[in-house]
Amino acid sequence: MTHIIEVEGVSKAYGGVIANSNITMGVEAGGITGLIGPNGSGKTTLFNSIVGYHPIDSGSIRFDGREISRNSVQDIARMGLIRTFQQTRIYGKMNCVQNMLISLPHRKMSFLDSFSRNSSEDYEKADRLLEFVGLYEKRFLTGGSLSFGQQKLLEFAMALMNEPTALLLDEPTAGINPTLINGLIDRLKRANHEFGITLFVIEHNMRVIMNLASKIYCLAHGELLAEGRPDEIQKDQRVIDAYLGVH
Amino acid sequence: MDQFLANFSLLLEFPVVNLKIIIDGVMIGALFALSAYGLALVWGVMNVKNLAQGDFVIAGGYVAWALSKQGIHPLLGVPAAFVVLWIVGWIIYKLIITRVIERDLFTSLLATFGIAIIIAQVLNLLFGSDTQSIALKYKTLYFMDGFIDIPIAKLLGVLMASALAAGVVLFMKFSRMGQAIRATAQDARAARVLGINTEKVYAFTFSLNAAICGAAGAIVVMVWVIQPFYGITHSIRSFVIVTAAGLGNLPGVIAAGLGIGALEQYGAHIFGIGYQQAVAVLLLLLVLLIRLMQQKRVRKSLQ
Amino acid sequence: MKTKRLVFYAALLAFTVLAPYLLPDFKTQLATLWLMIIVAITWDMTGGQMGYNSLGNIFFYGTGMYVAAVVTIAIPFDVGDYTNAFSDRIYEFTDTQYFVGTLVGTLAAGVFCALSALVIGYITFGLRGPYFAIGTLGVAIAAGELVSNWEWVGGGQGISLPVFPYDLELGKQFFYFLFAGTGVAAFAFAKWLYSTRFGAAINAIRDDEEKAEAMGIHTMRYKLTAWSLSAFFVGIAGGISAFQLIHFEPLETAYQTINLGIFMVVCVLLGGKGTLWGPVVGAIVFHLFKEVTWNYFLGWQWVALGTLIVVTVVYFRDGIMGWLMHTRPEWFGIRIESKQGEAPS
Repeated sequence: MTHIIEVEGVSKAYGGVIANSNITMGVEAGGITGLIGPNGSGKTTLFNSIVGYHPIDSGSIRFDGREISRNSVQDIARMGLIRTFQQTRIYGKMNCVQNMLISLPHRKMSFLDSFSRNSSEDYEKADRLLEFVGLYEKRFLTGGSLSFGQQKLLEFAMALMNEPTALLLDEPTAGINPTLINGLIDRLKRANHEFGITLFVIEHNMRVIMNLASKIYCLAHGELLAEGRPDEIQKDQRVIDAYLGVH
Repeated sequence: MDQFLANFSLLLEFPVVNLKIIIDGVMIGALFALSAYGLALVWGVMNVKNLAQGDFVIAGGYVAWALSKQGIHPLLGVPAAFVVLWIVGWIIYKLIITRVIERDLFTSLLATFGIAIIIAQVLNLLFGSDTQSIALKYKTLYFMDGFIDIPIAKLLGVLMASALAAGVVLFMKFSRMGQAIRATAQDARAARVLGINTEKVYAFTFSLNAAICGAAGAIVVMVWVIQPFYGITHSIRSFVIVTAAGLGNLPGVIAAGLGIGALEQYGAHIFGIGYQQAVAVLLLLLVLLIRLMQQKRVRKSLQ
Repeated sequence: MKTKRLVFYAALLAFTVLAPYLLPDFKTQLATLWLMIIVAITWDMTGGQMGYNSLGNIFFYGTGMYVAAVVTIAIPFDVGDYTNAFSDRIYEFTDTQYFVGTLVGTLAAGVFCALSALVIGYITFGLRGPYFAIGTLGVAIAAGELVSNWEWVGGGQGISLPVFPYDLELGKQFFYFLFAGTGVAAFAFAKWLYSTRFGAAINAIRDDEEKAEAMGIHTMRYKLTAWSLSAFFVGIAGGISAFQLIHFEPLETAYQTINLGIFMVVCVLLGGKGTLWGPVVGAIVFHLFKEVTWNYFLGWQWVALGTLIVVTVVYFRDGIMGWLMHTRPEWFGIRIESKQGEAPS
């Protein structure tokens, strides 16, 4: 069992507010790992630190054995570590197919490739992935005209288009119609084993994360509170207290 | 190049020259700080980056100049310019600015650039393109065996600028309107929910800014010169100051304003008067560069 | 559909070639129109398509003028002597020197501007939104001020170049075709560029740069390339202008920040930002407006232009093409009405 993302002793403070303090964790290669914690416990900050959105104060972050804590977002993305945003980000003025095509993995192209048009395989791939997330019917609508839940699906499809090694998902089910959540869990699992993408998921919905992840980390007040298999986490008194606010 | 070096070594040989340059620069810089404060106000409250800032200054200067030609004492030109520019600012707000507030920033930048062109050209048509100034018949004070000369007119200008700034600051702090303006600057939507008429606040802020600039211009014409096309340089100076100091940082604005004034005087001394505009603009690039490097350290861009 | 389009482009091209013969009195105005089209198309490459609104593209125009002039002079003479000579020394250019200078000078101008865009862009592309606009404006103003103090290139007096060696009318035609050729090339280049992945990438930078970075797009590389390509064409246009105008000086002609520098932005906004035809249409409408006001508004033409800028920006933001897209979306192949598709399951 190797860890593709290794976080070691990472701390990050905004001014005087400590968002992450001495966090150590690992994301298993090829698996699905969950990250939970009450609001404001520092989950998104940790995600941002991993993908290079801001410099960390101390500690080390490795991806595939390489130190990445000093790299920029773009560099890290080009190593194959992609994230989605909590407040979904898509290109609102482009239609879904264009959104997909622009998400082709640029790390696998030479600069001269970018001066060519998209091949028919690119279009097929875009259509296939839109079909996969269930947006094929809407493929010619602009991203901005989709509902929030559909935009989330589009963003997920765009991430898959990028053929990442590991994908960090920030609350993939937030704002999605509850009746569609089972379908989404199924897709996340398929993305994991059909495409072999390592998933690292922030999630508030306990049912989803318990179903999805094989290992879960729980943060509270910027510190790592507990880690373990879903059934262990579910029973952990500290986690229960943290969510009920006893902590 | 030799000339520049010679000018530079003069500064080292005669430290008193430095003192003179700094005093001159600070006196001019006080006026820069005034219009920069107006820019920061409009920028912070309604997120409009006003490129016509300098043209308000010049327009205010022409108001005072035109009145002094009619035999009205130049010191009365300051309140007159304040009032006239208030009205001009209000009209411009109602016609144009109110429609660009919610838009992207480039729109407001370009719209105010258009306004700047119009103001400059109208002034040019009305008053011609000669440089103008008002000579006040006050004495000049001499210090240090005559090395340092401070015209009382300039001193008076600085005093008036300080009084105006103090007045505005007190107004912002204690009046109802001032409080409403500060609330709107923090969160316009919340202010609206709480019953503040933000449209009125915006109109007031923009008019106030124009009026402050106008008064500053009326002082500029007494201590320096004006010309219809000098506006853009004043605007750039305001941007330099606000970019260097940040929004809502009054001491910073004053410090940056005085600093820019002094640096420009140094530039003019070392490189010659021909480089004055260039120095102002190069200071802008320098400030942007420094801010950019600060942002880069936290992996952000300057926006 | 395809033949229709071909006929349309062929007709336009034919008109471009025949225009100076059909309208012989307007050769210079038509050449200026092409200049406007070039600067508008290239401004839109970064402004409309990439979301980086530069107010300093005039830097490349002015620099192009100076590079072309200096190269042309430097081939046969010493530049410092030439620019500072008084009437007692006459410099004669042979025909060969003139035409070689025009060719080499304008190309050198293009290349130099493309390279300088890389250098300036490397610094200024860290600035976003209004800071980028003001920063680039600062670069252009600073360049003008510095050049006007640089005696080697003539300081504030500027530089004089030799006159076109043959008949005056032929000269006007010569410059018309130089501008038209560059303009057609710039348009064709932009049309091709926007259809490639490169075009999509700069659009992505415009719509959400942070997202583009998070998806691993080499944003800086794209931004630099786009600006460098547009600077290349502007530099060439500047180089041609230098020969057409014969004499130019730094502040009012070369680095004319508030004239051409702002006109190019207004052309694009008037025609429609981020569209292929917008800059062309905008340049034509703007140029007509400018010629009319210059002829009939004696003295007030600048006020009229300022008003046009304000009105365009405030009331007509989407421009002509944007307005057409809104009212006639089917012309552009845009579907807005959603087919009642199934909800994703």
